[in-house]
Amino acid sequence: MAQLIETATTPLSPVDVDVITLDLVENALRNARYEMDEVLFRTALSPGIREQHDEFPLIGDPEGKMVVGQFGLSIPDFLENFDGTIEEGDVLLTSDPYSCGAAISHANDWLVVMPIYFEGRIVGWSSMFGHMSDVGGKTPASMPTDARTIYEEGVVIPPFKLYKKGVLDEDALRIILNQVRKPDWNRADLNGLVAACRTAGRRVQELCARFGADTYTSALDALLDRNYRAMKALLQMVFKDGETLSFTDYICDDGVGYGPYELKLSLTRNGDKVLLDFTGSSPQAQGPINYFINENLVRMFFGIYMITVADPQILWNDGFYPLVDVEIPEDSFWKPRFPAALNARNHGIGRVFDLFGGLLGQTNPDLLNAAGFSSSPHFMYSGNYSEGERKGEWFQLYSIGFGGIPGRPIGDGPDGHSLWPSFVNIPCEYLESYYPLRVEAWETVADTGGAGLHRGGNAVDVAYRFLEPGTIAIHDDRWLTYPWGVNGGAPGARGTKWLERADGTREVLPSKVHDVPVARGDVLHFVTWGGGGWGDPLARDPELVGLEVRRGLVTVDGARRYGVVCDESGTVDASATESLRSALREERPDVLPTFDSGPPLEEILARCEEETGLPAPKPPVPL
Amino acid sequence: MTYRLGVDVGGTFTDILLVDERSGETYRAKTPSTPHDQSVGVLKGITQACESAGIGLDQVGDVMHGTTVATNAILEGKGARVGLVTTRGFRQVLQIARSFVPGGLAGWIIWPKPEPLAALEDTVEVGGRVASDGTVVEDLDEADVRRALESLASQGVEALSISLINSYANADHERRVAKIAAEILGDVTISVSSSVLPELREYERTLTTVANAYVQPSVARYTTNLGNELAASGIDGNLYMLRSDGGLTSAAAAADNPVSLLLSGPAGGVTGAAWVAEQAGFTDFLTFDMGGTSTDVALVQDRTPRIGRETKVGDLTVRATSVDVRTVGAGGGSIAHVPPLTQALRVGPQSAGAVPGPAAYGQGGAEPTVTDANVVLGYLPTSLAGGEVTLDRDAAVTAVQTIVDATDLGSVEEAAEGIVDIVNENMLGALRLVSVQQGFDPRDFALVAFGGAGPLHANALGRLTGAWPVIIPPSPGVLCAYGDATTSMRDEAVRTLMRPFSALDDDSLRDVLSELAEDARASLLRDGLDEDALTVTYAADLRYHGQGFEIPVQIDLSTFDGSGAGLDALRRSFDREHERLFSFLLDNEHEIVTVRATATGPRPAVSAPTLTAGGGDPSAARTSTQQIWVDGGPVDAGIFQRDLLRGGDVVEGPAIVTEMDSTTLVLPGHTATVHPSGSLLIRPLDHTGTGTEA
Repeated sequence: MAQLIETATTPLSPVDVDVITLDLVENALRNARYEMDEVLFRTALSPGIREQHDEFPLIGDPEGKMVVGQFGLSIPDFLENFDGTIEEGDVLLTSDPYSCGAAISHANDWLVVMPIYFEGRIVGWSSMFGHMSDVGGKTPASMPTDARTIYEEGVVIPPFKLYKKGVLDEDALRIILNQVRKPDWNRADLNGLVAACRTAGRRVQELCARFGADTYTSALDALLDRNYRAMKALLQMVFKDGETLSFTDYICDDGVGYGPYELKLSLTRNGDKVLLDFTGSSPQAQGPINYFINENLVRMFFGIYMITVADPQILWNDGFYPLVDVEIPEDSFWKPRFPAALNARNHGIGRVFDLFGGLLGQTNPDLLNAAGFSSSPHFMYSGNYSEGERKGEWFQLYSIGFGGIPGRPIGDGPDGHSLWPSFVNIPCEYLESYYPLRVEAWETVADTGGAGLHRGGNAVDVAYRFLEPGTIAIHDDRWLTYPWGVNGGAPGARGTKWLERADGTREVLPSKVHDVPVARGDVLHFVTWGGGGWGDPLARDPELVGLEVRRGLVTVDGARRYGVVCDESGTVDASATESLRSALREERPDVLPTFDSGPPLEEILARCEEETGLPAPKPPVPL
Repeated sequence: MTYRLGVDVGGTFTDILLVDERSGETYRAKTPSTPHDQSVGVLKGITQACESAGIGLDQVGDVMHGTTVATNAILEGKGARVGLVTTRGFRQVLQIARSFVPGGLAGWIIWPKPEPLAALEDTVEVGGRVASDGTVVEDLDEADVRRALESLASQGVEALSISLINSYANADHERRVAKIAAEILGDVTISVSSSVLPELREYERTLTTVANAYVQPSVARYTTNLGNELAASGIDGNLYMLRSDGGLTSAAAAADNPVSLLLSGPAGGVTGAAWVAEQAGFTDFLTFDMGGTSTDVALVQDRTPRIGRETKVGDLTVRATSVDVRTVGAGGGSIAHVPPLTQALRVGPQSAGAVPGPAAYGQGGAEPTVTDANVVLGYLPTSLAGGEVTLDRDAAVTAVQTIVDATDLGSVEEAAEGIVDIVNENMLGALRLVSVQQGFDPRDFALVAFGGAGPLHANALGRLTGAWPVIIPPSPGVLCAYGDATTSMRDEAVRTLMRPFSALDDDSLRDVLSELAEDARASLLRDGLDEDALTVTYAADLRYHGQGFEIPVQIDLSTFDGSGAGLDALRRSFDREHERLFSFLLDNEHEIVTVRATATGPRPAVSAPTLTAGGGDPSAARTSTQQIWVDGGPVDAGIFQRDLLRGGDVVEGPAIVTEMDSTTLVLPGHTATVHPSGSLLIRPLDHTGTGTEA
């Protein structure tokens, strides 16, 4: 437990805060949180943060509860696990999920935590983590797909004071940076994280100066309470007392040949509170896909789905946490035992979206989205230039791919977009300027979005031609199980990856693989997956299907899944369409299923090799 | 010809300002805008202004015009049907749109994705490839180009945009496609990305080029029509358009590069504010232009507005140089509401718009707006001297009562004060974006407030920011036209270099800058400006090698004197900016991304009017007294008629100063001093004055 050193000892006294001051504080905190992003984006060097925005900010109250932020990290858990004093000017750093109660969930994420002092006492915390492109270890980008322990995943930094009373611990930083392949990136990105936290600190101090520390901290309490009250009302409205809802989804494999892993989540309301229970999920994985999840993070995911719809302007915070109990079984996928490998937990995080969507949507199918592009798949390429001005120089790329947003109650899922906030792709021209590769295509793939009244978004195919020999790594999923459709919508297409070698051979690659050698002239097709469809495809306007054929988003064959008969120009044959639709209606059940995950799992596994070019994974076994 | 005309066409009114260059005397005209053909309203206004000056149209020289034609085409979705030519494999560059979904976690659930400005069915791809260093990897497939363009021709596109991968490094393929397109598509206007925006990042470059093509036909049609009509009416001078960066350009140049006009309107306000502030003796200030649905703010330092590289209009963000104006979607029409679940008091983002408008307008609006709150508090007198509009206070009270009912606030006045406080806080957020968040302390700046609602909220924002004095220009409603009439001709030339400092030396950079200066000067010389009258300034966008964002830094050409000190000076300027913005430096090498030369013509000779000096006592202008609600209680405020105030008069708050198109609130504990140039300067009673007074 951290020992907090404050020179002002009189406790802050709670005061009444009027609704207007409350809104002023809320607005100022929201601005401060976006300012944190801005500072980091503009100063970071790694493409993952500066171009793709793989980072998450937070501002907390004096106890560390999040009053503004969007995602995941838990300062109370961090402080609980930190032995030592915390003083004004200290800035703490860690990358060890096992030492901070899973405030972060793999060693690539560097978490900076900073106390905010005002007149000698702690009035809040600012905190931010960002994904470092490389933290050392046995493979470039530090995410070995075959890792079985965290020791294989590069430098793991225990919580320590990067700055002690404002003074940088140069030695410690030097030791850390000596472990990684791109120290200038880590140094700049870390500088950016610290600068962003300090910016937030200044903003909070300004608020305390303006309103007084008593009013400021009381306002935070009221903001937390506002969330509590809103959630309490929502829970009563949405869930029946005592009823249990469950939903199950999958991670296809664990990188070392086992899968699919079953992820089960159940919800039961008991009076004022709900219980979120992960019992029934698969045991801890052999490979690095375990998603060591913090209980508070589960609460936050849950809250996001619940509250944002009710008041989109709300400043989203931790206030409702006491209303949500969380049960996570030990030694499971969600709570693996140290020193289990964790690097590839991005699939688990992403799948949480689908899990919550599928779970909560059951109470109101009109608000139910299909399964979307619930991951942030990685592509890595690295090596040394073999010729030219830069001969011998090391290059290293870490990038995130995108796919289909699912069909939604409000309409079609966008093609090739991000389910993550503020993430963007790395421009092709940037890649070609900084890396020895050429992008030969960057397009979405027709028909990969699930058919529906609202079509699922299409997957993306990026074709990289390598201009220098090197190695590549891939972290993706949904190559085996399907992104499900809802309310009669069809599943989206699964992802696939293959190399077209310069010698003319074709090689299908697993969805999780690293250290694959590539030669000059080889082309990698990195094809992600589509979003599931929403609603009855036979109810979709045939002219819209025709237009999408003209746009190249749906093929002439693909149009038949909507019961639409048309030619290459998208001109619809109305009578042929009507008879095709009648025939299709005849063949299907009267009541369309709420969820369509494609064929049963046994059938998918039986046809795995034939359909995907890859052997079926073996059933997971407990360690 | 010693008269010049400033013309600003807004959504509701067209403002005309006729300036006698010798005396500085001005004549105003305000006529309803004519959206179907804006030139009708413009001509009518010009005629009126000339009549009130007692001159003939033939005595008018140049016409300086701020226009929203380009902006409206975007906002209303009424631009041209644009065809787009891309490199094979990149046809969906606008469809994928960098994969970005706005909003927070789960934001994707509610985001309606806008349709691209160039439809996917009107987008074609062609064979041929250039590498990032400009070398040709694969020759342009001209047969493929012809086939693709012919298909676009048959689809009836009205404008063409061409954006090929890596064209910023080598424009040959794009130029060739443009040439073939001219053969195949005839007189369809063509926008080429390597001309519109020769910068790296294919999506941003393509989007900007497509936006240019999208607005080009409307802008070209408008400038041609207006030019012809001006000539036909006997005006002999030239027509100039105000660019987003606050400089003027000839109508022909504007029509070639209309994407540079998207913020013409707001830029007019900022340049107008610069003129007014300078007359009042201030060179450093924030601008605060609050209208009915949105508010624009900017920062001006040493008479020069901060320039940004991005232009935002609605959902669209393009890369085009513009005055760094930040917009918040809140204004007088913003609606206050209380979501039942959280019981928070929210103001906006919904707006009552022009119809039905605030409840107090009596046009059927029932929801409480910021304007209604101002009426409840007595800040907006219900009948204005000389005004045509009367406000319905009872309707405003009824509307605000809904907020009282939904919260634990004790009275309509308390609720109204809350609404005003919250909207002011939104404005403060915007002002902080251009000041504190860019490393500037607002207390070192004055605050120039204009727009319909600006002068009403300005005193409060002075209090929140510490920016004093608050300057209320004479006729805050025609400030844009003032800006149009008092700014200079300008053109710029840009080049992407993308080179580390180690690959450059002083001489090579100086050569590039000289070439750019030639390019930037060329159009102004063609427009008849005298070479000696042009000044050229230089700037570079720099970063540490590997960073994703650049910081614009001015280049002092005199440091490139052959002694080799130029790059060092540039490096130091960048480090200073980086330190100021982010409070740290890196050891990484510096990299120069783009360089630009900006040529500016002479400032027009317009002298300022001078008010008759008064004795300091404003009581002659005091028309009545009204009870207003401030800081939790009622007080009596004097009401003053602005056109009766004399130079040097001091109005003590609480007071309300009214004029035809605006109302100024002076809070208790503050005074408004009438500057001889006509502006009101509001300061706290105990203020010692830190604003930069020239």
